[in-house]
Amino acid sequence: MIAQKVIAREVSGLGDPLFDHGLSLAVWIILVVKAVAIFALVMGSVVFMVMYERKAVAYLGVRYGPNRAGPNGWLQSVADGTKLLFKEAFTPRGADKVVYKIAPYLMMVPAVLAFSIVPLGGTITVAHHTTDLQLANPPWGILFLLMCSGISVYGVMLAGWASGSKYPLLGSVRASAQLVSYEAVLGLTTATVVVVSSSLRTTAIVAAQHGPFLYHWNFLRTAIIPFAVFSIAITAEMTRPPFDLVEAEEELSGGYNLEYASTDFMWFYLAEYAALVTNSAIIVTLWFGGPDGPRIASHSIGPIWFVIKLLIILYIYVWIRATLPRLRYDQLMDLGWKRLIPLGLAMLLIVAGFQVNRKWGLIAFGAAVVLGLLLWRAIDVGHEASALEAERDERVTRNGPMGRPSQEAPR
Amino acid sequence: MTWSDELARLLPRFFRGFVITGRLPFKPRVTTLYPEVKRPKPERFHGRHVLNRYEDGMEKCIGCELCAGVCPARCIYVRGADNPPDAPVSPGERYGFIYEINFLRCIHCDMCVEACPTEAITESKLFEWSFVNREDAIYTKSELLVDDEGMPQQLPWEDWKPGDERNTSAWVRATSPAGVAALEGEPMWSGELGHGVRPAQKGQSVPDAADFPADTDLSIREMVSGALRGIGVDGTRPTRRRSVTGGDEGTP
Repeated sequence: MIAQKVIAREVSGLGDPLFDHGLSLAVWIILVVKAVAIFALVMGSVVFMVMYERKAVAYLGVRYGPNRAGPNGWLQSVADGTKLLFKEAFTPRGADKVVYKIAPYLMMVPAVLAFSIVPLGGTITVAHHTTDLQLANPPWGILFLLMCSGISVYGVMLAGWASGSKYPLLGSVRASAQLVSYEAVLGLTTATVVVVSSSLRTTAIVAAQHGPFLYHWNFLRTAIIPFAVFSIAITAEMTRPPFDLVEAEEELSGGYNLEYASTDFMWFYLAEYAALVTNSAIIVTLWFGGPDGPRIASHSIGPIWFVIKLLIILYIYVWIRATLPRLRYDQLMDLGWKRLIPLGLAMLLIVAGFQVNRKWGLIAFGAAVVLGLLLWRAIDVGHEASALEAERDERVTRNGPMGRPSQEAPR
Repeated sequence: MTWSDELARLLPRFFRGFVITGRLPFKPRVTTLYPEVKRPKPERFHGRHVLNRYEDGMEKCIGCELCAGVCPARCIYVRGADNPPDAPVSPGERYGFIYEINFLRCIHCDMCVEACPTEAITESKLFEWSFVNREDAIYTKSELLVDDEGMPQQLPWEDWKPGDERNTSAWVRATSPAGVAALEGEPMWSGELGHGVRPAQKGQSVPDAADFPADTDLSIREMVSGALRGIGVDGTRPTRRRSVTGGDEGTP
């Protein structure tokens, strides 16, 4: 009974009207059904997304794409899944067995979990119990996203390490560096949204974006730059092209999941697409007003707007994949540390300043410009120094360490 | 070049890339839906062989083993035998008693066709077959022979539909002895049985023009280049070499 009361107290802070009248059996059942439904939704959209991506990337390549399995090829991902399930599951001899088996789930679970904080729009009434169309609505909502993307780093890292093989290890080394550096960018830009909507709760963030026109959506309200930075960072976080160095086939012959087959590989594959769907949903929530949109015949059609926005974002991801070549590793690190982090930080400063009042906003803007110029100069100085160093190295190679021409001087 | 200059230079290019790929879904597809839609094959396509007959049912093969001798892959095995006087198989003195082609080794170079003095062996345009054991890969004489209508036989592991066997007879190559000026415009295959009685290719008698693309070749290239045009692939019509006689299209 005490435990029940503790749970009830904790749960009442979650803001879902479902918990207004305490915890009864019906509430528990509804909770379980909701959890299963959200899981099914993510899994279903993953199955859809695999096909959608292959079709779209084929159309962007002036091809037809898969068109054999099922009507017009739409059952291709079912066929793929069946094939993966029936493949032989083997563990490499040098693998760390336990970690090797855990790693796929470490990647899969956070990708699906993060979807639980996404508001799909409005409430629904089932058997006299009104509940949000979202699994959980905690007051620390958006921190949960950062937590999930933080945990999924371990999936990639441990998969590569536990495989006991060189290419996966290289892949996971790249992955951990990439994911950790872009995590910082992600945090900074998410903070911008939090500052604007003055809440961590996802429903509050969506509610703050409600307004007569697009002007109220966060991507315009924070002057687009934080949105651009955020979407670049989250693309890198998902290791989607053009940031897919982690699984670069040409260099690492597959990367961190090279030694996986069968069901374990399928979890990685699903996790990748689940992360894509979830993160696109997060983009919609944070920057495009979530389920916000015009009503049709005075009916609220939030979920439909949400799905439309989601599909557009997903198409843009495929479009990016079909267009941009993969970054080099130094370019990736340059972009993250020298461009995006300073930019995200400056925009956080400016947006926070303007939230106080115009005077502070302008001061923050000036400070950001000055600091930006300083940083720019610092990067230039660094470039000059490394150019000088390279020149000296070349001279040493040509003339020998004492400055005298060596015996093998070019004739 | 400073950082901002570089950005101003590269950013429009970045978005132009998206415009280019964004237009592609609205272009006609480059690929065809293969098993349902089949592109016309080139005139000189080398598929699997057939052994031809005369109109009266006699086999053309005389068992001379020239094809086996010329075969660079050593995939043809022929043994000739004397024709039985009361029931001759071929019009001459001897006939092909055993005729086998190992398609695991055949490279479809068509040299057997050139070597054959009676045009008994030709290459069809059939290529869709998938045998699963070595016995099936070795085509025997009974499998290679055309039937009474002059049609190649369809074997259980071959996947082609009626109509695909059109133009069964291979083309007389410009290097063959028949490619002489005197025979220009004459049908090159004896037209008694088998498919593909067609006039000889124009321009064969011009030695320099021997490698002109055939008409179907051109039509395929145009089809493909039409689909590829405008997406960065140079899809211009292949230029023909000017012949010695100065004729642009190779006609003397």
